Amino acid sequence: MRNVFTIVRKELRAYFVSPIAYVVLTGFLLLGGWFFFNLLSRFNVLLSIYTQLQQGAEDQLNLNEFVIAPLMHNLSIVLVILVPMITMRAYAEEKKGGTYELLLTSPLRTGEIVLGKFLASFLFICIMLGLTGVYPAVLIAFGNPEIGVLLAGYLGLLLLATSFVAVGLLTSSFTENQIIAAVSGLVATLLLYIIGWPADTAGEVLGPLLRYLSVTEHFAEMVNGLIDTQDLVYFASLILLSLFLTQRSVESLRWR
Amino acid sequence: MIEVQNLTKRYGDLTAVSDISFQAESGQILGFLGPNGSGKTTTMRIITGFMPATAGTVKVAGFDIFDESFEARKRIGYLPESPPLYNDMTVTAYLRFVARIKGMARADIPDALDHVLARCGLTDVAYRVTGYLSKGYRQRVGLAQAIIHNPSVLVLDEPTVGLDPQQIIGIRSLIKELAGEHTVILSTHILPEVAQVCEKVVIINAGKVVAEDMLTNLAQDQTLEDVFLKAIAQEEPGAAETVEEAAE
Ligand SMILES: Nc1ncnc2c1ncn2[C@@H]1O[C@H](COP(=O)(O)OP(=O)(O)OP(=O)(O)O)[C@@H](O)[C@H]1O
Ligand SMILES: [Mg+2]
Repeated sequence: MRNVFTIVRKELRAYFVSPIAYVVLTGFLLLGGWFFFNLLSRFNVLLSIYTQLQQGAEDQLNLNEFVIAPLMHNLSIVLVILVPMITMRAYAEEKKGGTYELLLTSPLRTGEIVLGKFLASFLFICIMLGLTGVYPAVLIAFGNPEIGVLLAGYLGLLLLATSFVAVGLLTSSFTENQIIAAVSGLVATLLLYIIGWPADTAGEVLGPLLRYLSVTEHFAEMVNGLIDTQDLVYFASLILLSLFLTQRSVESLRWR
Repeated sequence: MIEVQNLTKRYGDLTAVSDISFQAESGQILGFLGPNGSGKTTTMRIITGFMPATAGTVKVAGFDIFDESFEARKRIGYLPESPPLYNDMTVTAYLRFVARIKGMARADIPDALDHVLARCGLTDVAYRVTGYLSKGYRQRVGLAQAIIHNPSVLVLDEPTVGLDPQQIIGIRSLIKELAGEHTVILSTHILPEVAQVCEKVVIINAGKVVAEDMLTNLAQDQTLEDVFLKAIAQEEPGAAETVEEAAE
């Protein structure tokens, strides 16, 4: 456990010493702010139209449905692109820079390396999502969104981002080239995102399967405020499977 | 103590190391010589557990590097061919990180750090970022990293490459001092270095051991240069062919 902590510290330091962390965090907040601003002004326009049409109609408009949910869906798309860029360096940079030789010849268990790198990226994601908390905070200060639904949505966003982190780390462990790590990570996360699209026309067997495999399906449920064990199991399996495969991939260097 | 037995490493069709065996007794300094591309780095990577051998065994301090890798790795200090530095860390932060992953107790780290900074001539650059250090200083940090946890077995791949003359002398005497308690295997292309530092010499050529003896026996009536040149001249045609075939 001490070794895991050592790796986490080293990784977090690497994020924040280099400009990566600041570029990614600023970019994410900037895009998030733009979405938030647009959704909010659209909401205001809708509100004024509704109130002109009939008294009390504004009750039908709620912040969760018209601002928070679309904001989270937009952020999830940004995460598809940004997370692989956060994780691409994790293993590839070590392999290229020769430090992989140091890690693998030290008395560290493969699991400790994998877990340490995962936890560091996970913490980074937490910071990233935590900072977007200013947008809902504005809504809570000036409106009355449903807090429960909001929290469920954030949990969904966190699980989605964590799954992408696990997948991105896996693709990084395959190569010493950061570009390849990022592109294959992006393809994998995007695939998880869109795999459910043909579900409606894919037949009775394949359709539900594709829908189950899609991150979007599970994520959307949580954004709507529904936390179902089935969705939690899905995310947990995706994360654990990716971590397991990463462990195998790192370990495979030691196989004959 | 390091025991290498019938070690073979193939990269696809290319046989980098073929069926080599040699030993370094406890407390001995073994010079590992050979022309470029003869398989020195490959052998050292196998000894340190970084990559597996295709066949054969390596025992480090009595532990099999393949079956008891973890125990063996605890006892190894390794300076790879290019120093394994994190370019955005300061020298001190880097050495602390290495000390921790090598399993040192937290309380022992400050003393070990001071000691190793002084020994490797790093005190002046202790708070500089390793990415901007000159080549020689990077090499020194690499060396400091290998010895910080006082391992019983040291594997040094061309330790004095890029160092200035004064530092070379310093590092050589450091390595000599380490002998006795530590087993050291070092590769180098500087033959006088071997003559000064090593007790035993192993010369490999095209992945095969062509000479293995105590320095005093080898260089009795001829210079080490002659020994080296003769040893690699009697190279077996078979080994060279495999290399050429693979290159085609
Ligand atoms: N990862 C690899 N994949 C394929 N071939 C490799 C790999 N690493 C080394 N080789 C080949 O194995 C042979 C031995 O290389 P090695 O690096 O062990 O030589 P060396 O004795 O350390 O040489 P030098 O004195 O130049 O450092 C060379 O022919 C090299 O091209
Ligand atoms: Mg070499």
